[in-house]
Amino acid sequence: MRKLLLESLLKAPLTEAPPSPDDGALAELAQSLERASRRRLGRSLAIREVDAGSCNGCELEIHALNNAFYDLERFGLKFVASPRHADVLLVTGPVTRNMREALERTYAATPDPKWVVAVGDCALDGGLFSGSYGVVGGVSAVVPVDLHIRGCPPKPNALLKGLIALVDG
Amino acid sequence: MTFLSALESKGSRVAAQRPWPRVVVDAPTWRQAVIGLAAGEATLLGLWSDGEAVHLALHAPEPPQLLITSLPCPARRFPSVAIAHPPALRLERAIYDLYGLEPEDAPDKRPWLDHGRWGMRHPLGVPEPVPAEGDTYAFHGAVGPALHQIPVGPVHAGIIEPGHFRFSCNGEAVVRLEERLGYVHKGIDGLMRGASLDRAAKLAGRTSGDSTVAYATAFAGAVEAALGLDTPPRALFLRALMGELERLANHFGDIGAICNDASFSLIHAHCGILREHVLRVADVGFGHRLMMDCVVPGGTAVDLAAAGAQAIPTLMRTIRRRFPELVELYDSSASLQNRTITTGTLKQPLARQFGAGGFVGRGSGRAFDARKLPGYPPYDDLRFEMVVRQNGDVDARVWVRIGEIAQSLALIEQILERLPPGPIRAHEDLPAPGQAREGLALVEGFRGDVLAWVRVAGNGTVAHCHLRDPSWFQWPLLEAAIEGNIVADFPLCNKSFNCSYSGHDL
Ligand code: SF4
Repeated sequence: MRKLLLESLLKAPLTEAPPSPDDGALAELAQSLERASRRRLGRSLAIREVDAGSCNGCELEIHALNNAFYDLERFGLKFVASPRHADVLLVTGPVTRNMREALERTYAATPDPKWVVAVGDCALDGGLFSGSYGVVGGVSAVVPVDLHIRGCPPKPNALLKGLIALVDG
Repeated sequence: MTFLSALESKGSRVAAQRPWPRVVVDAPTWRQAVIGLAAGEATLLGLWSDGEAVHLALHAPEPPQLLITSLPCPARRFPSVAIAHPPALRLERAIYDLYGLEPEDAPDKRPWLDHGRWGMRHPLGVPEPVPAEGDTYAFHGAVGPALHQIPVGPVHAGIIEPGHFRFSCNGEAVVRLEERLGYVHKGIDGLMRGASLDRAAKLAGRTSGDSTVAYATAFAGAVEAALGLDTPPRALFLRALMGELERLANHFGDIGAICNDASFSLIHAHCGILREHVLRVADVGFGHRLMMDCVVPGGTAVDLAAAGAQAIPTLMRTIRRRFPELVELYDSSASLQNRTITTGTLKQPLARQFGAGGFVGRGSGRAFDARKLPGYPPYDDLRFEMVVRQNGDVDARVWVRIGEIAQSLALIEQILERLPPGPIRAHEDLPAPGQAREGLALVEGFRGDVLAWVRVAGNGTVAHCHLRDPSWFQWPLLEAAIEGNIVADFPLCNKSFNCSYSGHDL
């Protein structure tokens, strides 16, 4: 273990230079968010991830944000375990009928001001699963959405660009 | 005569089914199949419906190895399998929820995937409109003066899929765990009906995102069997290459996450780096980090890019240099092993009875790997060993993964050496068969064997498709493995199983 730790100290970090915020995201946020609430939340945001019906592909890439290459926490963004501690809900998947109430309750349990980021093509409009008896649709069919990050699943860099726009916008 | 061939001789063979036989049987023969399953003469591979009949897939080592028995259900009921063979229980409940075919004398009649939220019962059978108010669910619980319950989920604390766990505890010790799943039910069986093969392949690849290659390969294999297509050899090797990259990425993720749940974040961090390396190489090689939509019926959608072919050997060197240090660290950290050894033990007879696949089965002595048996190309030409451990605890499931990483590296090396030249797709447009054809395939994903059964209609669209995740036979075993462990060890046990929610909920 000592060798591993020592090497980590001596070697250059793996963490990559941050991407610049996504222009589209900035534009979408400018429309949906008041500057005042942004100032109140400041540069440090607590994120609660909610899988509302995803295939789990989106979760895998959200997970990757915590690895040494992307290191999300350096931007003041961190994942928290409870919606009560969260400023941002990061919601994936087409919202299934069986998850609708859980998503509504999670949203209600998140204190104001709060933002909702819908991650993935499914979260936009139900994606490939829209039209099924088991699916309500995209996230905005259930709770108001401030920002969409597209992709199936979005690459970690795309997620970073969208999330940085939240704190930099 | 073997058990399966005896069963086969009692039914009438369905000519449209490939490559393994499917026979239509009467109720007494169906019951014989069930009794044989209960006696351990065969393993349950799947139980599903197409709305008209129920299909039971059985596996045994002797020929024909795999057999589907089908029982038509004109009265919309069938003799319960679970009454004698518990591994069928949730599959039966799902059949009733979706298709309204009722398992007679079933030991558990509670809905499973249907939470009372769809606005109808039996959406794929004869739908009955009902208010979407949500059902209350009667958990089994456990009774005793000192017991208390802990409800967890569906929304969990981590970045994971949703499901509900109900713990009945005596102080710290778990007396009973009951799972309630179905939260991410998207209705994939229903979406498959009438879908074009292209769209269906995409849906199959999104049944469980972490196993997208395994699912797409299983679906493609089933379609190719149904249509009698010869898949180009290069495509078969590319699929195996993608499959092994997927296995590597997931095993690194799992080993890291298990250690993290034992508060050993150093290994988690390093495994996360290795996983990221694999995904980046997949992206360079095939244009998608998870390799979604890269495998299609008839072949593969993409060839290995030149840059990917160069990046893979570098990746292998990196893994071979870095991973042994992590294994040594795991093996020599008493604090970590204290958490994993003898924790969450799954007994061998249970693993056998449930036909548990992947690291769950192989960690409990069940030597089964669909790449070996029944086997499929190109694995029958490649050398690798099945990694089996006997102890059945969290530690055993970690070691199976560690062993399989080495095997995957060896496989990737052979695949690259022998990658045949030639086309990657047999046909640009798959031929419509003119009449209904059926196929089945079994593919070893990182978490176990994925079964795909498809009926292709005469016009070349999907008439019916059933995808069975390995988790169906692993989730119930988690309930058994946690018994007597402390609540605080649940995350560790759960991670070591790493069952799929989406793959199971469909
Ligand atoms: S967007 Fe793609 S990866 Fe994300 S949940 Fe939907 S299908 Fe899965």
